[in-house]
Amino acid sequence: MNKLIVSLSPHVHSGDSISRNMYLVIIALIPALLISFISFGMGAIITTAISVASCVFFEWAINKFCMKNDKCTVCDGSAVLTGLLLAFNLPSNIAPWIVVIGAFFAIGVVKMTFGGLGCNLFNPALAGRAFLLISFPVAMTTWPLPGQGFGTYLDAQTGATPLAMLQEMFKSGDVQSLPLLQDMMLGNTGGSLGEVCELAILIGFVFLLWKKVITWHIPVSIICTVFVISGCLWLIDPAHFANPVIEILSGGLMLGAVFMATDYVTSPMSSKGQLVYGVAIGALTIIIRVFGAYPEGMSFSILIMNAFVPLINSKFKPTRFGEVAK
Amino acid sequence: MKTFRIGGVHPAENKLSAAEPIKIAELPQVAVYPMGQHIGAPAVPCVKKGDKVKVGTMIAEAGGFVSAPIFSGVSGTVLKVDTVVDASGYAKPAVYITVEGDEWEESIDRSTKLVTTKEKPELTPEDIIAKIKNAGIVGMGGACFPTHVKLSPPPGSKPEWVIINAVECEPYLTADHRLMLEKADEVLVGVDLLMKAGKVNKAYIGIEENKPDAIALLEEKCKAQYPNIEIVPLKTKYPQGGEKQLIDAVVRRQVPAPPALPVSVGAIVQNVGTAYAVYEAVMKNKPLFERVVTVTGKSLKQPSNLLVRMGTPMSQLIDACGGLPEDTGKVIGGGPMMGKALRNTEVPICKGSSGVLIMNDKEAKRAEPQTCIRCAKCVGACPMGLEPYLLATLSSKQLWDKAMKEDVVSCIECGSCQFTCPSNRPLLDLIRDGKSTAMRIIRERQAAAREGK
Repeated sequence: MNKLIVSLSPHVHSGDSISRNMYLVIIALIPALLISFISFGMGAIITTAISVASCVFFEWAINKFCMKNDKCTVCDGSAVLTGLLLAFNLPSNIAPWIVVIGAFFAIGVVKMTFGGLGCNLFNPALAGRAFLLISFPVAMTTWPLPGQGFGTYLDAQTGATPLAMLQEMFKSGDVQSLPLLQDMMLGNTGGSLGEVCELAILIGFVFLLWKKVITWHIPVSIICTVFVISGCLWLIDPAHFANPVIEILSGGLMLGAVFMATDYVTSPMSSKGQLVYGVAIGALTIIIRVFGAYPEGMSFSILIMNAFVPLINSKFKPTRFGEVAK
Repeated sequence: MKTFRIGGVHPAENKLSAAEPIKIAELPQVAVYPMGQHIGAPAVPCVKKGDKVKVGTMIAEAGGFVSAPIFSGVSGTVLKVDTVVDASGYAKPAVYITVEGDEWEESIDRSTKLVTTKEKPELTPEDIIAKIKNAGIVGMGGACFPTHVKLSPPPGSKPEWVIINAVECEPYLTADHRLMLEKADEVLVGVDLLMKAGKVNKAYIGIEENKPDAIALLEEKCKAQYPNIEIVPLKTKYPQGGEKQLIDAVVRRQVPAPPALPVSVGAIVQNVGTAYAVYEAVMKNKPLFERVVTVTGKSLKQPSNLLVRMGTPMSQLIDACGGLPEDTGKVIGGGPMMGKALRNTEVPICKGSSGVLIMNDKEAKRAEPQTCIRCAKCVGACPMGLEPYLLATLSSKQLWDKAMKEDVVSCIECGSCQFTCPSNRPLLDLIRDGKSTAMRIIRERQAAAREGK
């Protein structure tokens, strides 16, 4: 008789894998990616390609030459995903060498120095964006306007994003013509590559929920918190604070809530912890947007909360069986 | 549709043998009876080499209150009292019997006529419990806890319901399903007897919705004859057959952490196979010496449900189902989620053997573990509300006190965490180590505290 394998139970596995989850997130990003190609033309395609290629290259090179690891970690799809998300956070008319620096910071510094996938404290793509925003403030806040034809890249006409318009309006008191809500939904506004079309992001969100890649807790708690806080401010003083629907549909809020804050490695483990994390991100975002110097607060609030995740994990445990009274 | 409230997974059901009627398995040439077939003290052999036994003769006495006697499922001569490697992989004391003919004890009623409790109104709860105890009945779902102990709750606790576990949430297994379809009347009399023994007047039978025929059949019969028995269809989710999960699903109460027992929330849980065994023991005077076993696997020629005399080696059942396939990688006693991989196929069928599962080479191998990506899927899957990723890390670093603080002893070892882990990490292997070490430390501390007094 042939020899039998003996191991402990369970003897079956769901078939889930790291790469499956990564590729499902990449699929969920496709609608937003296509819209960005349509809105910003060639610039979006080039920026995305450079970002993905350089993230994959840095991951491969560091893994091979610095960590001397024979296993191919590029195949798990996480570097591709980081590249895509980094590109989503950049304006499409940004110079290619800036993108490469951002990718190096994201993969090389934020991810690989901590030990690679699963070990990083901060979201690599967002940390890359924050690094670029501080290092190249002008290039990072010069937003091309959408719909200038396919050939636009570095020569794109630029304009303000809805959030910048809002901040300007409330500061100076001049009433500007804000973009229509439906334009914000469909992506007819200025902004980073992937953040402009909220509808495409929503499609991605539904897909991720359906495939059980993420749970609802983080995105819903962020959006609800932003809605409630900005709604209260708006009710108190509509002349100085924006309508909550505009707050939710503008800037990187939806993109951050669905794709950035839900990053497995840098978000809390229990659903209670995830709710706390989401509420804190939402509150910080509004505080930064309303009182801070930057019109956009999503990426900073996620990075700040990333630092609190170990604390949240130790304080907010899942409800143990039998803990609920009968 | 009802189900338990925390965690859970849904493995592929693979109920290959669901439509196969129960067939009677052939008698073995030599039957082997390990003495430790239940939780508690092992049984003590009461026969010696050369003794003649019949079908239903007691061959080992209970070794204490939490223990159960063992009966021969064959007639013949005691060959030897020796040891055998059972499903646990350890050698245990065992009685070997050479089979000669098929002669039953005269006291057993072998007719198929149904006897209901109405025909025997003189049965008191004490009678029923005594008969169950003397018939060697233990939980037939796999945990093998002696049934009479569960029916004798500690003073101060008051059972309110009997909950029958007919969930069969393990993939592949269909023995309980077939039993309900083919022996529905007997099972219901068994439930009635368990209600009487537990002095309760309400019983629930929890059945997962993937067995609609069993739900319909039992509902129809209960409506006509047993208004106190309610069928509770449950959403198919693993590990619904876990005692605590089933109570939560059916009556929405959660049993607190050990040492609390299910009866502390008012529930006595018994497996549907146990209910059938209780019927046979009380009404037919037949001790526990045979059971329905599912023999299954994707490569197996003829997946089947067999009525097997205990002591029959698994290899014989596999042969009856078309033989061990060429590509066999693993033979599992029980289901794929909690069953035990066997070292060889000569392991005998015991009271808790619900199935024999053959996995081919490819299915049998685990994938290479990857680094933890903290996806929290294990936390979401854990039906006890634990954090498997953390318990596994603490166990691997031997931080036993921290693991205890994180409630490692509450783990029911269902394997949902490891099943769901996208990084294929051996979470349960590590947690088991942590749990058993933590339990040992707790026992040692209790002993030290007693000595200090």
